[in-house]
Amino acid sequence: MDLAMNSGFSHEWAAIWVNLILILAVLFAFSAMLSWIERRLLGLWQDRCGPNRVGPFGVLQIVADSIKLLTKEDWIPPFADRAVFVLAPAIVAVTTLLAFAVVPIAPGLGVVDLNIGLLFFLAMSSLGVYSIVLGGWASNNKYSLLGGFRAAAQMLSYEVFMGLALMGVVMLAGSFNLRDIVAAQENLWFCIPQILGLATFAVAGIAEARRLPFDLPESENELVAGFHTEYSSMKFGLFFIGEYVGITLISAMIVTLFFGGWLGPLLPPLVWFLLKTLIVIVCFVLLRAALPRPRYDQLMTYGWKVMLPVTLVNLLITGAVVLSAA
Amino acid sequence: MEATFYLSGLIAVAATLMVVTRASAVHALLYLIVSLLAVAIIFFVLGAPFVAALEVIIYAGAVMVLFVFVIMMLNLGKAAAVKEREWLSPGMWVGPSILSALLLAELIFILVQNVQDGQSVYGGTAISSGAVIDSKEVGIALFGPYLLGVELASLLLLAGLVGACHLGWHTDLRFGSHSASRSDGARS
Repeated sequence: MDLAMNSGFSHEWAAIWVNLILILAVLFAFSAMLSWIERRLLGLWQDRCGPNRVGPFGVLQIVADSIKLLTKEDWIPPFADRAVFVLAPAIVAVTTLLAFAVVPIAPGLGVVDLNIGLLFFLAMSSLGVYSIVLGGWASNNKYSLLGGFRAAAQMLSYEVFMGLALMGVVMLAGSFNLRDIVAAQENLWFCIPQILGLATFAVAGIAEARRLPFDLPESENELVAGFHTEYSSMKFGLFFIGEYVGITLISAMIVTLFFGGWLGPLLPPLVWFLLKTLIVIVCFVLLRAALPRPRYDQLMTYGWKVMLPVTLVNLLITGAVVLSAA
Repeated sequence: MEATFYLSGLIAVAATLMVVTRASAVHALLYLIVSLLAVAIIFFVLGAPFVAALEVIIYAGAVMVLFVFVIMMLNLGKAAAVKEREWLSPGMWVGPSILSALLLAELIFILVQNVQDGQSVYGGTAISSGAVIDSKEVGIALFGPYLLGVELASLLLLAGLVGACHLGWHTDLRFGSHSASRSDGARS
C-alpha cells in the first residue's frame, strides 16, 4: 500500500481499490439492512407490524441493534476452548466475503475475474461449514455440540448436490468463469434449460445459508440457539452478519448463474443485477415466513433420496443435449 | 510468484509439524486444514488452478469436515489431551525422527543431484514456464490415458458406498413393516 502511494498510485490500482472498498461497504450496509427488510416483510406476511419504532418506518432499527451488540459484554465461557471459540465466528465472515469477490456485479464491476470463479465459490462455501461446526464444538455445551453435529451432516449432504446442480450450467456455458457464464446467457437465461438445476441449487443454497426450513443447527425451540448458544456481543454479531452476507451471496449467485446476471433491457446493468438479487432475497424471506422446519431425518432423506437423484438426472439430460447439439 | 511458492511451502511444513505435536485432536486437525490450504496455494502458483480448487473443495472442505465430525462425536476431553501428552514423551520421537531424517536426506540428495545436472529444482515445469493447466486439459487426461485409474477409483468408492449402506441398514426395516411395528411396540 505504501509502495503504491510512493510510486504515484497508478490509475488502475486506484480503480481496483475504489472498486473493492465500494463493494465491501455496500455489501456490509446492505446485509445489515437486510435484517430490517426481513423483519418488516415477515411482519407484513404474518399480519403484524415488525420493527417500526426507530426512525422512519423503523429503518434505524439496525443502528440500535448494532449499538446493542457492540456494547454488550464480550464473554468467553471458562469451560470453552478459547482459541477455537474466537476463531469460529471469524471463519464464516471471512469465507462468505471472500466468496463474494468472484461475483460479477456488472461489466467492469467486481473484485476479481477468476477463471475458476465457480469452483472458488464452492470451495469457500464448503470451508464455511467449519465456522458452525467448530463454534458448536468449542462452546463445550451439549446443545451447541448437537447444533454442530447437525450443521456438519446437513451442510456436507447438501454441498454434494450443490456442486452437481451447477455442473449443468458449466456444461452449457463451457467455462467455470462467472463472467463467461453471464455472457453465455445473452440469448436465453439458464433458468429455462436448467430449471432442475435452479430448483436443486436454490434448495442447497438455503441449506448452506442455514435459513429457516433448514435452520436445524440452531432450531431455537429444541437446542436453545444451537451452535451459537454461548456466543454474545460482536462474536454473535459476526455469525449474524455472516448469515445475512450468505443470503446475499446465494441470491447473487442464483441471479448470476440462472437469471442472466446483469443482462436485461433498458435499465443499466448494475440496476438489473441489484433488482434481480433483491427479488430472489424477498423470495427467500417468503419461504421463511411460509414453511415449517422439517424433522432431522426428513431433511437428510430429502437431500439424499430426492435432490441428489434429481441433480444426476439433470446432468444426464444436459449432457445428452450438449452432446447431440455438438 | 516464487516468494508465494516458498512462503506457502514454509507454512505447509510448519503447520504439518504442528499437526504431529498437538495434544488436542481438534487443534491438530485445524493445523492439517491450514496445511492443505497452503498446498492448494502451491498448486495454484505452479499453474494448476483446477487442482488447487479441488484440493480445497474435497480435502479441506469435505474430508476434513468428516474427520472433525468423528473427533467431535468421540467427545475427547481434557483427560485425552493429558494422555496424548504422556504418549508424546521424548523417547517416542527417536524412531520416527531417524526414519524421517533418512527420507529428508534422500530428498535433499536427489534435489542437489538434479541441480548439478543442470535441471531446475522444479524439473522445468510451470513455475518457470508460466503455463496454466485448465480444467479441460485435466478432464482430457483423466478420461484419456488415465481412464482405467478413474474407473478403478470409482469401483473402490462404490465398494465403500455398499459397505456403508449395509452398516447403516435398519434390521427392523429389512423384514417389512410387520416386524417394524412389532419392534416399535416392544420399545414402548
